[in-house]
Amino acid sequence: MNEALVGIILATLGAGTPLVFAALGELITEKSGVLNLGVEGMMLVGAVCGFAVAANTGSLWLGVVTAMTAGAAMALLFGILTLTFQANQVAAGLALTIFGVGLSAYIGLEYTSVALTGLQAVHIPLLSSIPLLGPTIFSLDPLMYLSFALLAAISYFLYRSKAGLLLRAIGESPTSAHSIGYPVIQIRYLAVMFGGGMAGLGGAYLALVYTPLWVEGMTAGRGWISLALVVFATWRPARVIFGAYLFGGVTILQFHVQGLGIDLPSQLLSSLPYIATIVVLVLISRDINTIRLNAPASIGKTFHPSA
Amino acid sequence: MKTTKTNRMLLIAFAVSLLAACGQKDTAEPEAADAAADAGDASALKVGFVYVSPIGDAGWTYQHDLGRLQMKDTLGDQVETKYIENVPEGAEAERVIRQFAADGYDLIFTTSFGYMNPTIKVAETFPDTTFEHATGYKSAANVGTYVARFYEGRYLSGIVAGKMTKSNVAGYVAAFPIPEVLRGINAFTLGMRSVNPDAEVKVIWTNSWFDPGREREASDVLITQGADIVTHHTDSTAAVQAAEEKGVYAIGYHSDMSRYGKTAHLTAVTHHWGDFYTKRAQEVMDGTWSSQNVWGGIKEGMIKLAPLNDAVPAEVATLVAEKEAAIRSGELHPFSGPISNQDGEELVADGATMSDEELQKMEWYVEGVQGKLPK
Repeated sequence: MNEALVGIILATLGAGTPLVFAALGELITEKSGVLNLGVEGMMLVGAVCGFAVAANTGSLWLGVVTAMTAGAAMALLFGILTLTFQANQVAAGLALTIFGVGLSAYIGLEYTSVALTGLQAVHIPLLSSIPLLGPTIFSLDPLMYLSFALLAAISYFLYRSKAGLLLRAIGESPTSAHSIGYPVIQIRYLAVMFGGGMAGLGGAYLALVYTPLWVEGMTAGRGWISLALVVFATWRPARVIFGAYLFGGVTILQFHVQGLGIDLPSQLLSSLPYIATIVVLVLISRDINTIRLNAPASIGKTFHPSA
Repeated sequence: MKTTKTNRMLLIAFAVSLLAACGQKDTAEPEAADAAADAGDASALKVGFVYVSPIGDAGWTYQHDLGRLQMKDTLGDQVETKYIENVPEGAEAERVIRQFAADGYDLIFTTSFGYMNPTIKVAETFPDTTFEHATGYKSAANVGTYVARFYEGRYLSGIVAGKMTKSNVAGYVAAFPIPEVLRGINAFTLGMRSVNPDAEVKVIWTNSWFDPGREREASDVLITQGADIVTHHTDSTAAVQAAEEKGVYAIGYHSDMSRYGKTAHLTAVTHHWGDFYTKRAQEVMDGTWSSQNVWGGIKEGMIKLAPLNDAVPAEVATLVAEKEAAIRSGELHPFSGPISNQDGEELVADGATMSDEELQKMEWYVEGVQGKLPK
């Protein structure tokens, strides 16, 4: 029983982690008032670049860093289009995904045959031998620990730091922030690139840890799920994480239900993670004031500094 | 203000759902890859291939492309080949197939089930062109069909699994509950129980042919639930990798996947289309081609087992070789009675063998598969 529980928890964390990275990144981007629908594309480009570098150099960590850089570079492209040239954010984001899907397939041509050993779990001495907690909290892979650290850092940044306040102010009213002298466009660039880096990291998690391989379209829609998580979690970091693990957990549980031979249609079970996550997040966030308070007022709107 | 925000959320939700669909389609932008060396010779037979996914390095399409290359090798200058990969099933496929026909291709292989209707439709407008469609059930005067008896290999791999398992539980990651997949699950189970009557098979449906993350999750769950051998009927190598990492055994599908799990990979059920492609191309050149429903297996060399892992004892290897020979000679048919379904009801009597037609309609689990079949 204990062993099964550990298996379920570990699998849930694994399934949720790529979503955590991508969704937290998108959260920061959206908090600055920019809607980047290119998450799927940035994840894929991150995954393939990270995988390629890891395969060529043998260094998984160099791969992780490359994935973040590649994701951020994609986001920079998006930033140039929407922030400098003030293109429509929805259209540019969609284009970024389409571009990312194709570009990653092209870059990855030579890498579909490569097999890598992924990042291994770190067993923290002593603590990892505690029953139940040991294997589920103290024996995870390094990127999972990084995701916990990032959650703490992002929550602190958004709600406890001056820089976070500024970011949110820009997302609420870029005009006001601009009029009191803050560099709206530059800060939005940073937020967008952070989002891209995180999406790249999510891609790296898939390609270097979860299923250490490269295949075209391997994110299989996880970028879109991350985007939806941010909205349904009303732009709150803790809820985003909760939603990501809920999604991962229900995915794993429905497989367990199938494996145990419980008589439910597998098609229904497969849709359960989507339904459960949306319903739960909508329920906990249904208060209109919560939505109003947390949704960045200027999201998706182009900002003209001169106006 | 409130309404705009609601609208925006709706818009996002809409865009997300729209693009989930669209994003998939874009991956599948067909990419023409004409081998330059092929062009030129006007008398050569022009052979086109339509692939559903990128060729990659393992999997369904990869095996078809190996077949194409073998045909080119054997027939040399007599043929000129071209393939288009990553062609989505449906309207896009019709466009690609029509283009091949319009470009004067003499023989066109369409290698995915969903190309069935487009192939038939294009074949009507190009009666002088020859078409071969894989895994479908519709044919015409100029459209033949072909498929392999994958289940023969599944049965043999089941024997390996039955001998190698210690927990007597095997895990099976499967895509969709269609007869082809069910035949594989049932044949695997029958093979496993032929040498290990206590063995059981757990099945998890991913409802997707290709999603490495999901295949990985399903494999992990099966291993957690006690399976010490996993196999799969999905397109990625994730199940083999999961087994390697968790220290259990795996049996690959489509291609030899030993590269992805050096200790885990016991064997794989592999597909081989080269002889068939060569034969059909030769027939078209000779003018002897006729529309047929080809269902080839071990005997025809369409299905093979990948080399067994060193961990497999010699007597098991011998047993598998014997059974393989028996299937080849027709002495052994995996679906010979007595076969019972999960409720213990005997569906195939002792001495009887299921007909091809019955096999093509299979919609039940044999005894030994756990869980209910999704309807």
